Amino acid sequence: MINRECGVYQTTYEGDMALYPVPLARYAALGGVVVLFLIPLVADSHQMAIVNLIALASIGAIGLNILVGYTGQVSLGHGAFMMVGSYTAAILTTRYGVPFWLGLPAGGAVAAAVGTFFGIPSLRIKGLYLAIATLAAQFIIEWTINHSPWISGGAQSTIYTPTPTFLGWPINTEYRRYYMILPVGVIAYVAALNLVRSRIGRAFIAVRDRDVAAQIIGVDIFRYKLLAFAVSSFYAGVAGALWTYYLKIANYEHFTLVTSVQYLAMIIIGGLGSVLGSVLGAVFITMLPIVLVYVVEGVAALFGFAYASIADFLANLRLIIFGGLIILFLTIEPEGLYRMWGNVKRYFRLWPFSY
Amino acid sequence: MAFFFDLLVNGLMIGSMYALVAMGFVLIYKATSVINFAQGELVMFGGYIAAAMVSLYHLPLAVAVPVLLGSMVVLGFALERGVLRPLVGRNVISVVMVTIGLAQVFQGLAAMVWGAATINMPLPIRLEPYIVWEVFISPINLVAAVASAGFLVAFAYFFRKSRMGIAMRAVANDQQAAMAVGINVRLIFALSWAIAGLAAGIGGIVWGNMLGVDTHLALVGLKVFPAVILGGLDSVPGAVLGGLIIGAVESVAAGYVDPYVGGGTKDFVPYVLMIVVLMIRPYGFLGREIIERV
Repeated sequence: MINRECGVYQTTYEGDMALYPVPLARYAALGGVVVLFLIPLVADSHQMAIVNLIALASIGAIGLNILVGYTGQVSLGHGAFMMVGSYTAAILTTRYGVPFWLGLPAGGAVAAAVGTFFGIPSLRIKGLYLAIATLAAQFIIEWTINHSPWISGGAQSTIYTPTPTFLGWPINTEYRRYYMILPVGVIAYVAALNLVRSRIGRAFIAVRDRDVAAQIIGVDIFRYKLLAFAVSSFYAGVAGALWTYYLKIANYEHFTLVTSVQYLAMIIIGGLGSVLGSVLGAVFITMLPIVLVYVVEGVAALFGFAYASIADFLANLRLIIFGGLIILFLTIEPEGLYRMWGNVKRYFRLWPFSY
Repeated sequence: MAFFFDLLVNGLMIGSMYALVAMGFVLIYKATSVINFAQGELVMFGGYIAAAMVSLYHLPLAVAVPVLLGSMVVLGFALERGVLRPLVGRNVISVVMVTIGLAQVFQGLAAMVWGAATINMPLPIRLEPYIVWEVFISPINLVAAVASAGFLVAFAYFFRKSRMGIAMRAVANDQQAAMAVGINVRLIFALSWAIAGLAAGIGGIVWGNMLGVDTHLALVGLKVFPAVILGGLDSVPGAVLGGLIIGAVESVAAGYVDPYVGGGTKDFVPYVLMIVVLMIRPYGFLGREIIERV
């Protein structure tokens, strides 16, 4: 948020180390959370569905950013790790009657275990090779889940789950689902913010910036790379489990390579190495097709086309704009939306006396 | 045993096509250190251009093929110039993501221009398979193998003998040294993209004939990664070797395992093989051992 730091003198170490050291920023952050909780008061059911999708995507994107943006390990397998969490939650709920608030961490934990396993190649290889190794993880996990009836629940690889309930309340409307997702999202956000400024987070950043130097100053690369994979996959697993409870269905088609690429696009457009950037990117990528439909429908209506005749065009246009945006951001603003937001903030910091 | 040889021979022929696509990939990587995730999309695009000219606009093949190859070269130049050049010297993930973005644009563009329906890519060859010692060999596979072998021989010659080819090898070896002796490194970058486009164009014609041209043709690109890792990312002979091995292994594995698991082995086995290679010998069979221990 936009705030001015003048007149704030920290007298304690705790005060200086606080997440938001400036009072105004703290109130703004709290206010932001309150606003988030109050969104359902003004939004209709359709808009809530969009907000829910954004919240879900944010959780996954934050997880990926911890791995890619902070630790510098490229991963093309994020979708597969989400898939692991999703099926774990579905299996636990349908077969063992586990409530959703236990299914979430369980999905995260299993995904973290799988993610750590596929992170092992990162100890021997990096960069390009790692990108290809995680691509293999995506395919291997997808195939394994698809071809083991015990996991995927038969021919369609689809598991239907019952409506989740919380203390006897069925979570069956978009509004209630929002209150299922939002607390998880807020916890994920704050946890990530705190993680990346802790000892562990600094170790991640050291590994990213120069692994040899990190090793020399005593960072155990082996441990921290695996830890980054574990944390990132945990986030992915929780997001995947939330997908299951949100849609009441676990299906591999929601977590293909396209999904992994979309999450990568989110953090690149949002800003690598920024928690807020992950959320901005998630908002952007989730809103993109929705806004596009509105715009194209509007233009089509002007010229009198029926929607059916432009559906194909729309799908293709979406792909082109999606790919084009990735290219544009990478060539023009590699630090993403977060940097743009920072520029705006910096401009108004001393405004109107910015000289 | 005939079943095994049947699978092996046809796998090797498919593998020769993988080798062709993989070669374009390795060329780009060697010369410009860019991992091209859009190689499959280049193949698809080539297939679309060829199929559209032959099936939709009814041009004779003798016109279509040169036009296709010409436009693929131009496309290669344009890509290098417009998209990849601003990214020289940037970190791995940016470059990877740009080519992924490129892949998306190609997918959307091809489907938008030519429609989502599958287009046929007819070639004047017979359809009934030849039978040699109980092994069925389909003519298109034979054409594929001959085409890619011809391409590979031509480029082996180009690299050994021509001035430009030697310059490309110099750039692949050491960019700064190449620049210091007066080689136009930018031109070489563009040229390697053009050659990769050319390889993809030939791949597009043959694959398009086998599978029909639609956006699924781009999935060929996903087979390139196991092939190049197996052979070594920076080795052209390695790409050929890797392509052949991947083709043979996936064909044999699919033949024997598919009945038990219900299909899909073809897409799975190459990646398992690749993970194993990455763990044991990350630089592949013929790659340079410059991977640092991390």
